[in-house]
Amino acid sequence: MELLSDLFVALFTDYTLRTVALGSAVLGLVSGALGTYAVLRGQSLIGDAISHAALPGIALAFLLTGSRMTLVLLLGALAAGWVATLCIMQVSSSRRVTYDTALGLALSVFFGVGLMLLTYLQQTAGAQQAGLDTFLFGQAATLVTEDVWTMAGMGGAGLLGMALFWKEFKLLSFDPAFGRSLGLPIRALDVLLTTLLVVAIVIGLQTVGVVLMSAMLIAPAAAARQWTDSLGVMVGLAVLFGILAGVSGALISSVVPRLPTGPTIVLSVSAIVVISLFLAPRRGLVWRWMRERRSTRQHPALRMVGEEGR
Amino acid sequence: MAEAAIEVRDLTVAYREKPVLWDIDWTVPEGDLVAIAGPNGAGKTTLLKAIMDLLEPSAGQVRVLGQPYRDVQKEVGYVPQRGSVDWDFPTNVLDVVLMGLYGRLGWFRRPGQKEREEARAALRKVGIEDLANRQISELSGGQQQRTFLARALVQDATIYLMDEPFQGVDATTERAIIDLLRQLQREGKTVVVVHHDLQTLPEYFSSVLLLNVRRIAAGPVEEAFTDENLRRTYGGRISFIGAPQGETG
Repeated sequence: MELLSDLFVALFTDYTLRTVALGSAVLGLVSGALGTYAVLRGQSLIGDAISHAALPGIALAFLLTGSRMTLVLLLGALAAGWVATLCIMQVSSSRRVTYDTALGLALSVFFGVGLMLLTYLQQTAGAQQAGLDTFLFGQAATLVTEDVWTMAGMGGAGLLGMALFWKEFKLLSFDPAFGRSLGLPIRALDVLLTTLLVVAIVIGLQTVGVVLMSAMLIAPAAAARQWTDSLGVMVGLAVLFGILAGVSGALISSVVPRLPTGPTIVLSVSAIVVISLFLAPRRGLVWRWMRERRSTRQHPALRMVGEEGR
Repeated sequence: MAEAAIEVRDLTVAYREKPVLWDIDWTVPEGDLVAIAGPNGAGKTTLLKAIMDLLEPSAGQVRVLGQPYRDVQKEVGYVPQRGSVDWDFPTNVLDVVLMGLYGRLGWFRRPGQKEREEARAALRKVGIEDLANRQISELSGGQQQRTFLARALVQDATIYLMDEPFQGVDATTERAIIDLLRQLQREGKTVVVVHHDLQTLPEYFSSVLLLNVRRIAAGPVEEAFTDENLRRTYGGRISFIGAPQGETG
């Protein structure tokens, strides 16, 4: 109990903890909201492709500008991630290559180039000093107030875009062909929504890293889907779960020695997913199991069928 | 002579160099209730999509109400195949119907009270107003189809393109849909329906396009829906050709 109250006080007084918790909360908020669309559109893997593809952008941004500013590096990541998504869209729309093949190609090619550039930089300019390698697995402890502002600014823009095009994105996710028949520029909307996804991913790279970032996009939304049948509520819950996972991951890793923040955040959100899968009313496994038991109890014939099945 | 609602000229569509539609010439007069029939892979859905400019033809052109589709898209209501969307999407019936108004609403505007009233009126026309707040994952096949029809009706279009609206629906829904099609025709609307059931086709529709990559025959049912044309459309694969004979003759 004392530990908890100490933590609570530290959350407001300890600069590092406060910064890391705030940054993680922003990352959870933005990726939770925008990840909803990735999950609903069956594009869960695009997060993985984009985050890996962002790596060469970070290295190139450093190589070209020599700057270590988070904003500069993240803009590089944004550009590379964006180019990768355009490649994926273009390659898969030719119908000769399937969507998942395009994803796999973009992921490995961009990530390979990124690793190559990183190795080159490490030998020459000392990327270790620049902290570039932290983007691989993320290192939340390197966050400073300025980084949190950068994340919040980019995330705010992403959320604003999502709010402005709310109904268009909903139609794009549910029935794109009907949207096009109405005359909506569905392809442009697709590019815009995917661009916002890139923004959401790039925000988390410094904290969670390119390898694990896609979990932050998928997990909160996947958990939220279990609890509701309304898109609005789903986005709200995904935001809540994202923030919860971000802050609790930051807190837990601050208490337990040598526990990295990024993976702890990802494990926290995974725990939320597991709980949701089991306990959510109606969709949850526990509820389904109870319902089945009740219905077989009421119908002896069904119970026999059920036992035979086993 | 009625004006042409849809005019298709020399239309060829190909996927990976394989033609799906080959040199189609077809005219739908205004106010017609017309079926498109043909075997699987005949290009029926592709034809609808080409009319709505949803895919790029290799050759040929389409005019809707005498103009390019882009200029008259508000006049066209589309009912896609029921199976083309994920019915587990987190939304309810009224919300899906409201999507029919998104084109008219324009950017940044959300549907309000007026739009909700229109959507309810459309649901009333298809007989499921009581399901307005139902989750779409809980709908039966027939109710899903009625939801899609309501979404097109709320557009108040002059031309309706429907892709297999009778597919997998119960008898009551089939009755309701055909009543709705007749109602639309009485209101002077043009309705084009991809239809699979050759038994009911002559009873439900006044015209037909028989399609198998190429146009086999088109025109009033009495003229075009003949044994000979059906055999040419379906090849030897159709066994109940004799059945609709009495109705067509």
